Amino acid sequence: MHAQHLALGARMAPFAGYDMPIQYPAGIIAEHNWTRENAGLFDVSHMGQAYLIAADHAAAAAALEALCPADVRDLPPGRQRYSQLLSDDGGILDDFMVTRPSAAPEDGRLFLVVNASRKDVDYAHIESRLPKDVHLEKREDRALIALQGPQASAVLAKLGPDAAAMPFMSAQKTRFGAIDCHVSRSGYTGEDGYEISVATSSAAALWTALAADPLVKPIGLGARDSLRLEAGLCLYGHDIDETTSPVEAALVWSIAKRRRSEGGFPGAERIQRELAAGPSRKRVGLLPEGRQPAREGAEIVSADGAVVGRVTSGGFSPTLSRPIAMGYVTTAYAAVGTPLDILVRGKALPARVTAMPFVAHRYAR
Amino acid sequence: MSTLYSKDHEYIRVDGDIGTVGISDFAQQQLGDIVFVELPGVGKALKRGEQAAVVESVKAASEVYAPVGGEVIEVNGELEGAPATVNEDPAGRGWFVKIRIADKSELAGLMDEAAYADFLKSQA
Repeated sequence: MHAQHLALGARMAPFAGYDMPIQYPAGIIAEHNWTRENAGLFDVSHMGQAYLIAADHAAAAAALEALCPADVRDLPPGRQRYSQLLSDDGGILDDFMVTRPSAAPEDGRLFLVVNASRKDVDYAHIESRLPKDVHLEKREDRALIALQGPQASAVLAKLGPDAAAMPFMSAQKTRFGAIDCHVSRSGYTGEDGYEISVATSSAAALWTALAADPLVKPIGLGARDSLRLEAGLCLYGHDIDETTSPVEAALVWSIAKRRRSEGGFPGAERIQRELAAGPSRKRVGLLPEGRQPAREGAEIVSADGAVVGRVTSGGFSPTLSRPIAMGYVTTAYAAVGTPLDILVRGKALPARVTAMPFVAHRYAR
Repeated sequence: MSTLYSKDHEYIRVDGDIGTVGISDFAQQQLGDIVFVELPGVGKALKRGEQAAVVESVKAASEVYAPVGGEVIEVNGELEGAPATVNEDPAGRGWFVKIRIADKSELAGLMDEAAYADFLKSQA
């Protein structure tokens, strides 16, 4: 799809070893707003796609549950979940999506989508921990295209009737025109939308077909970042990393109840302790006063001047037309409404802890 | 009146001892949507190459340097409420600061329109 991006006038930049479109000529704010109002088309082929393959679902699920705190065992066919690969001390090695294929002949396979910047680390880690009868099949032959926004469903329905009826966080095989795809109803923008896995050889044709719809515009990584920040979603290497636990990262919702009590995943001891006693720090949303953005790395200080945290993602919200940020603060300062200062170029910028998402999710339910 | 450019894509429009400083059209295009501009205080003495302002786009903060040294005599207050003016009219209403140029011999280190156009071509 590289040629398509260049033909559309994209500004390209290296990201995780890939030459990726950062923005198209419309600019980040226009692309962002288009996605919130219509449908945005994203090339996210840099993401890692792989299958975990075992004799049956029970064996595949047990192998994955040994690496992450999600309930994979009871994941129904055709359903998708968000989870994290954890290190033995409960830090996050990566966050990922897992899908159990809907078709019975695929029982025993789990489809994984991992971050581009982490896939080599992830694959080596997974392979080193798998039992002998389970293996990992990396699918470098697949591209990934996301279609996100309130019109995504109507747009996809024109190419294939199945997509519109899919529930949120479900997945299935389908055809768009003559192109075989594996589509999930999910995304990284807070909007309704889809992620479509397609053979690399068919990706340009699918992209062109979707981009031809007047409700669709191509969206670069710049707007992808501002959209996910408004949705309160974590970016690996920024908001979560090997030092942060899913409890600190406010991802407790993604840790299954059964797993919390049973344990049996890496770092379970730390995570159970943090669930019982509370973590020492938490990921929170921050609303700086005024118009000046607070960026990643900025120190967060309490009223008495003590450093109590650090911004991990910060920027300008096109939807709210104001700066927004997220970061970690000592738990005593994590309550919604807590006034804090963020140090930006030596000056204290007044801010307040706020609930996330900054912009309400509008997933299909 | 002449407009001169730095290799960091600032311009200075010179009128006698007074220079109006902003960023070039190329620079605003590269930065993308500008959402905030931090300006210095009036009266601040800037050395050549010193940070004169900070422009924040959606993605990142970028420093704007003084193309020559001088004292800040006026800042563009319009940018506080309408930072996108820098995108819309960088050479006009999107100016940043006016300075009283300390040493006009420093202007010799800058490029005129034609030299800057060549410089941009050499960077492409």
